[in-house]
Amino acid sequence: MAACTRGLKNLLTSIKFCRTLQFQDERFLCTSALRFANNEPPKFVPPSKPVIINKTQTTASTRRFLSPEFIPPRGRTDPFKYFMERRDMVRRRKALNIPEFYVGSILAVTMADANASGKTNRFVGICIQRGGRGLGATFVLRNILNGQGVEICYELYSPRIQTIEVLKLEKRLDSNLMYLRDALPEYSTVDPEMKPVPFSPTGEVPVNKLKVKMCPKPWSKHWERPQFAIQGIRFDLCMTPKQMEFVQKKYAKPWEEYDMLKEYDTSKLEEQIFAEVQQEMNK
Amino acid sequence: MTLIEIDHIERARVCYIGWIRSTAPSAPLCSVYFNVFLEPCAHVHDVDALAQDMALQRLSGSFSGLIVQNSSKILQRAFSVSVVAAAIQKMTRVRVVDNSSLGNTPYHRPPRVIHVYTKNGVGKVGDKVLLAIKGQKKKALIVGHKMPGDRMTPRFDSNNVVLIEDNGNPTGTRIKVPIPTHLRQMEGDFSKVLAIASSFV
Repeated sequence: MAACTRGLKNLLTSIKFCRTLQFQDERFLCTSALRFANNEPPKFVPPSKPVIINKTQTTASTRRFLSPEFIPPRGRTDPFKYFMERRDMVRRRKALNIPEFYVGSILAVTMADANASGKTNRFVGICIQRGGRGLGATFVLRNILNGQGVEICYELYSPRIQTIEVLKLEKRLDSNLMYLRDALPEYSTVDPEMKPVPFSPTGEVPVNKLKVKMCPKPWSKHWERPQFAIQGIRFDLCMTPKQMEFVQKKYAKPWEEYDMLKEYDTSKLEEQIFAEVQQEMNK
Repeated sequence: MTLIEIDHIERARVCYIGWIRSTAPSAPLCSVYFNVFLEPCAHVHDVDALAQDMALQRLSGSFSGLIVQNSSKILQRAFSVSVVAAAIQKMTRVRVVDNSSLGNTPYHRPPRVIHVYTKNGVGKVGDKVLLAIKGQKKKALIVGHKMPGDRMTPRFDSNNVVLIEDNGNPTGTRIKVPIPTHLRQMEGDFSKVLAIASSFV
């Protein structure tokens, strides 16, 4: 307050000084005080309008994507249980941004870890499996560090997870990439210092039609059998067409196509749940 | 139920217990309990197949005119095909991940676990085991296994082990392979092992 009055006194004295100066010499530099002295009100320059860049709007995908853990499994459980779970899932999603990703995308996850240095633990890897429904939904990330293959199964809705970042968004030919354990290590290696690859929020998600070369047999599972229905392995390099045909014929279960108890059409359910979730998220 | 004793058994005597259903056009359907005796033979690989063959031969010899059908379900394999059932137990082959000379010099046999120092015989991360390496016994600490554990903990593609002395000091001086961070929290003095680790997961 004292400073203000001091400032005001200084201003008044300077104004008086300037007034006297004006009559002495016109080539003096014009100051704001002088302008005041000219009895001309300064031209009103309206402030520039702030440009609102709504980043949430642009990055929010105009793709219709419903995370698979929202779709309830086929069973006799009361739908109310899933309704309650969905409410909690939406609540968690408002606190933490869980992005859209698929099996085959490269993610970086930082989680709170009391035993790690800096209390956080960052892991980068390729998503090989998305399992579980509801709040227990999990995803497995795989990477090869110092020649050692490491897989971590993360719970999507765990409070320990701090950020989930999608470094590369893409799909693969299969919805389960567990066969990468038996593939050559180059297909599971992801650079931990990788920069995020920009992807468009609109349009189709790119499908990587990569066919992977495998290590020599035996594998952890018989990936060539029709129950796994794997499209992403180079079988022509591992076995002869005759062997492949034999295996496909022997382990085929053609009756499963007609099994009514295995039918589960989720299209209507998906639309309902999508509308519900969008509504909840926008509240 | 009829018990049949088979005489005239030659040098490889097969011990086999199983049900063999025999049908005959004249006789009614009857199940025959079949018991043949085995002496340990080193060169017999597939015991059960041999037993069945011998049993069927004997049975068809004694019951002429009978059609013997074997309907019993016996495991024909000699090895296990199940996925990792228990993390590390006796006789598991492990990978030594430190830079000690004992762990890295090649030998014609891989290092195997001969004892696990836990209440049950199953070893997880942080448990001590006794290994047989290069013809000598050595203690080691498990730092990663193939079996999936708790969510948010890493699962490795190989069973990793670090050689230690009886007092807990590691034999090697560096560990290149990533170590799980929850080892820090475990009971037991792993500070020296964690000190030589270069990366954590």
